Amino acid sequence: MLLITCPHCGPRAELEFAYAGEAHIARPTDPMALDDESWARFLYHRANPKGLHAERWRHLHGCAQFFNVVRDTVSDSIVTTYPAGQPRPALPGDDKGATR
Amino acid sequence: MPDLIQRQGALDRFAAAPRNIPAAALSVLPDSARLSFRGRPSAIDAAGAAFGVALPRDACRFAVKRGRTAFWLGPDEWLLQSEGEDPATLFADMSGKLAGQSCSLVDVSHRSQAFALSGPQAAYVLNHGCPLDLSLATFPVGMCTRTIYAKATIMLSRPASDIFHIDAWRSFAPYVWQLLDEARSELA
Ligand SMILES: [Zn+2]
Repeated sequence: MLLITCPHCGPRAELEFAYAGEAHIARPTDPMALDDESWARFLYHRANPKGLHAERWRHLHGCAQFFNVVRDTVSDSIVTTYPAGQPRPALPGDDKGATR
Repeated sequence: MPDLIQRQGALDRFAAAPRNIPAAALSVLPDSARLSFRGRPSAIDAAGAAFGVALPRDACRFAVKRGRTAFWLGPDEWLLQSEGEDPATLFADMSGKLAGQSCSLVDVSHRSQAFALSGPQAAYVLNHGCPLDLSLATFPVGMCTRTIYAKATIMLSRPASDIFHIDAWRSFAPYVWQLLDEARSELA
């Protein structure tokens, strides 16, 4: 079982959490202005990387808050966690960190 | 016809004659009024003043004053509990004092049933269905949290080093109680 560090509650067992997909995907502010291609990209296209992945988790059976996790999809190890609303942190070996 | 509608305790049939196992004793806690408070930062101090107990800002902590307890459940969520008080009275008083604030206040008094697990082996028995580290260093007296026991969400709090309070939703309370009762069998 993964041990996930909630930014509010500290390290807790994975069974208290729910996964909620890729992080840092902002809903378009004016959906009506988008063509079908752009709307489909927002709805369905995800990075699916081999390596570090920024994703949303929710401490469902705890403080109930959403937060972000950087997880290595190869080893399933969690590299870091940070509160929702903060940018993806700069991490060694992560070319996407602190850019979005 | 209020005399025809009687609310039964969710644990009445177990609590009447619990097995006497002092190392991990199970007992039902008295009825309480319970309000769920969620609010913007600006409303938190006002809620504490209205309740008579300042809402703890530290994660996973509860504060007690004269039979009233404020449990931190999330950065914008607290459970306000008052032992033996009429929920309607407390709710009317609190909602009056919070008028105009950006917050929500919900009477959840009948949602859950609280009981205590106490004794020197209480933490050991709890760990049969809950993976939290219950050592005093990581789960000190004064800590509370929502967590999972087996497959049920519970609110767990520690008012003393060998006393835990468990608050489970009514329909899950017998499930949690019976699992704990089974887990403590080896201590009988
Ligand atoms: Zn949490």
